[in-house]
Amino acid sequence: MADAIAVEGLTKNYGSLAAVDNISFRVPAGSVFAFLGPNGAGKTTTTEILEGLRARSKGSVQVLGLDPWDEGRPLHRQIGVIPQDFRFFEKITPRESIDYYSTLFGTHSDPAALLERVKLSDKADSRFDTLSGGQKQKLGLALSLVNDPRICFLDEPTTGLDPTARRAIWDVVRELRREGRTVFLTTHYLEEAEILADRVAIINHGQIVAAGSPAEIIDRLGGPARLRIVAGSDVADFVRSRFPNEVRREGDHIDVVLRDREDALAILEAVQESRLAWTGFTTVRDTLEDVFVRLVGRMDDGVLKTSDGTTAEASA
Amino acid sequence: MNGRRILADLKVTARGYLRNPIALFFSLIFPLILILLFGLIFANTGATAATLYTENFDHASPVSQEFLSGLNQTHLVTVQVINTSTGNLAVWLGQNDNPVGLVIPAGFGQNYTHHIATNVTLYVNPQDAGAAGSAEGAVQAVENEFNLRAACQSTNGTCSPVLGYIPQSVGKTYFTYIDYLVPGLIGFSILTSPMFSMVDVTSSYRKEGIFRQLSLTPLTRDEWLASRVIWYTILTFLAAAIMLGFGIGVFGAKVTISVWMVPFLLVGPLLFVSLGMLAGSIARTPESAAVIGNIITFPMMFLAGTFFPVSEFSPGLQVVAKVLPLYYVIDGMNQVLLFQNYARALTDFVIVLGIAVVFFAAAVYLFRWKGE
Ligand SMILES: Nc1ncnc2c1ncn2[C@@H]1O[C@H](COP(=O)(O)OP(=O)(O)OP(=O)(O)O)[C@@H](O)[C@H]1O
Ligand SMILES: [Mg+2]
Repeated sequence: MADAIAVEGLTKNYGSLAAVDNISFRVPAGSVFAFLGPNGAGKTTTTEILEGLRARSKGSVQVLGLDPWDEGRPLHRQIGVIPQDFRFFEKITPRESIDYYSTLFGTHSDPAALLERVKLSDKADSRFDTLSGGQKQKLGLALSLVNDPRICFLDEPTTGLDPTARRAIWDVVRELRREGRTVFLTTHYLEEAEILADRVAIINHGQIVAAGSPAEIIDRLGGPARLRIVAGSDVADFVRSRFPNEVRREGDHIDVVLRDREDALAILEAVQESRLAWTGFTTVRDTLEDVFVRLVGRMDDGVLKTSDGTTAEASA
Repeated sequence: MNGRRILADLKVTARGYLRNPIALFFSLIFPLILILLFGLIFANTGATAATLYTENFDHASPVSQEFLSGLNQTHLVTVQVINTSTGNLAVWLGQNDNPVGLVIPAGFGQNYTHHIATNVTLYVNPQDAGAAGSAEGAVQAVENEFNLRAACQSTNGTCSPVLGYIPQSVGKTYFTYIDYLVPGLIGFSILTSPMFSMVDVTSSYRKEGIFRQLSLTPLTRDEWLASRVIWYTILTFLAAAIMLGFGIGVFGAKVTISVWMVPFLLVGPLLFVSLGMLAGSIARTPESAAVIGNIITFPMMFLAGTFFPVSEFSPGLQVVAKVLPLYYVIDGMNQVLLFQNYARALTDFVIVLGIAVVFFAAAVYLFRWKGE
């Protein structure tokens, strides 16, 4: 499959700060690509360079085979963009905004249908300055679709939205993918990346620290799988005495670090034969979130927060 | 440039503007309030009869006596006959701070009786619009009556008027305050509506990322600019129509509507849209843009002849006025609307056009949609 986006050695300097530091990645056409990173990681900078809104300092960028900075005009006809913190004319309604965009692009979009698609029909005739944050974001999404784009750039499309609104946006993203469009999105929400994206790149301090499908990233960078048995210290001691595996006791359960899948079966069998008391078991793997924490920071409710200690470690 | 896109942007701009009470107030309602306010303040001072100081060089004739008592009977003026030693009434009026005066020439009665056209000279001070209006009204009324009588008695049957008056400003032109106010306030509108909102739009659209948003559409910066210039030109024509309508209709302003005001109504908005954009582009934040905008706008608003004719200013202030671009807009409109002095209007226009071109080029050069 052809690449919708191809980035090679991209760098953006602001004075002595490398906001984006020599990154390379490719986004196959028709896939959903998520850019994950903490505040100030360089997500918006990269996105805006891809959209042709900012000049780059170094590197090569091709979006739909075009150089975004030098060939912005033809590119803009084929891409849709919702900027982070989308704002529009204060006194103009969503319906009028879509009509305006349709005329500018020379398309014949039906405002009612587009607004229905992003679940904003009830606010079709309310002025922009009376819309809530989520409603504004939905209008941004509707406007980005007016020109039937081949690539949609969504910079934190769901930040600050309630769960229902977030799901509505997710539905639209899935639909965009079904329609064969490429989606480039940035997010702080790991869940969002895991649910929506075919491929993920984790960016921190302007550098990509991990890239691939969520499963690949976990395989490569996640810790080993663990067998978790709900049992007391007697079981922990028993496993330690019989197996070389590392055993950790945590609260009401013990975690046995697995070297391969057969380990789990052998350990369970031995515990069963020992007639020691246990009430349940499960195997646990690192989630994208766990990988994240290790790579870039601490987490709270699925939202990434930088912690100076860990980020310094990651960039060192 | 694509007309369809310009039109679409114009539609959105107009909608946004019409839905913004503050913008609307400043560009259309505020000048209207100003013309009503200033008009009433300066036109209604004639409630008591003004004293018309009269030098009568024909006092032996019964006709001149009858003329003066006719003036008294209008109750608009009270005639006070004086005898200036200098023989120069204009100077005397100025020295004694009297707003209106009349000179009846020698041979006035003789001429009238023999149907020989004769003019009296009426001195008015445009600053005192009330007294000036009363004096003019009185003289016109009495002369009309005299002319009618003369025409009826005329043996050759022609009805051409015999008496007339030469209006003379005390020191300057004969126009009244309200006459100056009409072009002045059109200039006010040309200045303020683009300045106040272009400064704000340019800086806040940049801050809010609306320019970046627009740069992702086929709308070009030049099309956007064209739409703005067209919009403020429309507003200017509206404001001019309102000013002329109220000035003439309500206050009887003696302005001559002429197509020669159109060049000023076209290039004036271009000049101030550009200046507003410049101010908005130079500033880093909308707040500092507002400050820069006000620093440019307010002095210009008062010193360029908006509310008072620049000719009434002290020589020092006149020099200051003449470096303000708005001065040439208002002076040009004065030349067209009041004096029909098209040669001077042309000079003013060339200056306005030159400044507009420079500002426009600078604004186009400095104004960017995209950040680096
Ligand atoms: N115009 C600019 N001038 C100077 N520094 C900038 C500029 N734009 C961005 N930066 C810096 O570049 C870095 C990356 O910023 P960027 O906006 O790309 O982060 P981000 O990943 O989008 O963060 P967030 O999640 O908060 O949106 C930050 O340190 C920021 O301060
Ligand atoms: Mg960002």
